[in-house]
Amino acid sequence: MAVLVTETLPVKAESDVVSVRRRVREMSAQLGFTLVDQTKVVTAASELARNTIIHGGGGMMQLETLNGPRVGLRLTFEDKGPGIADIALALRDGFTTGSGLGLGLGGAKRLVTDFDIASRPGEGTKIIITRWK
Amino acid sequence: MEKIPILRMGDFLLVTIQVDMHDRLAMALQDDLTRMISDTEARGVLIDISSLEIVDSFIGRMLGNIAAMSRVLDANTVVVGMQPAVAITLVELGLSLPGVRTALNVDAGMELLRNSVNASRETYGSTRN
Repeated sequence: MAVLVTETLPVKAESDVVSVRRRVREMSAQLGFTLVDQTKVVTAASELARNTIIHGGGGMMQLETLNGPRVGLRLTFEDKGPGIADIALALRDGFTTGSGLGLGLGGAKRLVTDFDIASRPGEGTKIIITRWK
Repeated sequence: MEKIPILRMGDFLLVTIQVDMHDRLAMALQDDLTRMISDTEARGVLIDISSLEIVDSFIGRMLGNIAAMSRVLDANTVVVGMQPAVAITLVELGLSLPGVRTALNVDAGMELLRNSVNASRETYGSTRN
């Protein structure tokens, strides 16, 4: 599998969420995703970028386009925040430590094909999502 | 600071969201609309989201809040023009916008608002004209 484009975007300020959405939209359109698939991956990215800022205290997103047997878009969100103590609980709909609806993490997972999360309390959180064409 | 304009048309307030909103802009719209409903004694709010390319949980929550706040202030809210791809994504995300009335386009939304105002006048009588 070949990784074609790799770039990193800051996810620190609120306006970065808008930049993330815009860039993910551009890349998924370039890869030839359907409009529905573009919308799903952009929405997932928006949720995770917001989480990175609100819960992780800011971080970054790495964007990779994959071209192997299948074409896909892989996004990695990483922060050095407080981490997630109970990942299963955090993925459950309705669970929130913030003021949101508690749909961000579980919702983002439903919108993509692959979802990987690694987090340790005190060390940060890394979430990798992939949407295949 | 950047703001989303709110137009007044008779008893109704109209908002067309044409920019990719960052969260603070969405919060400001919520506050501005609530204040305008109270100031203008509007009976209805129409929010056109046909230009919005995504509705995530934050924007979804804002739409729900606006609908709830306007109801408390005796006004109805209708959200119009959601793109099909946005609707599909929203439901998969887990948001079905409970309490938010929707219509396919501005015309249908205005009709819905007019009917609901008339219906509440007939049912409860009106202390407002």
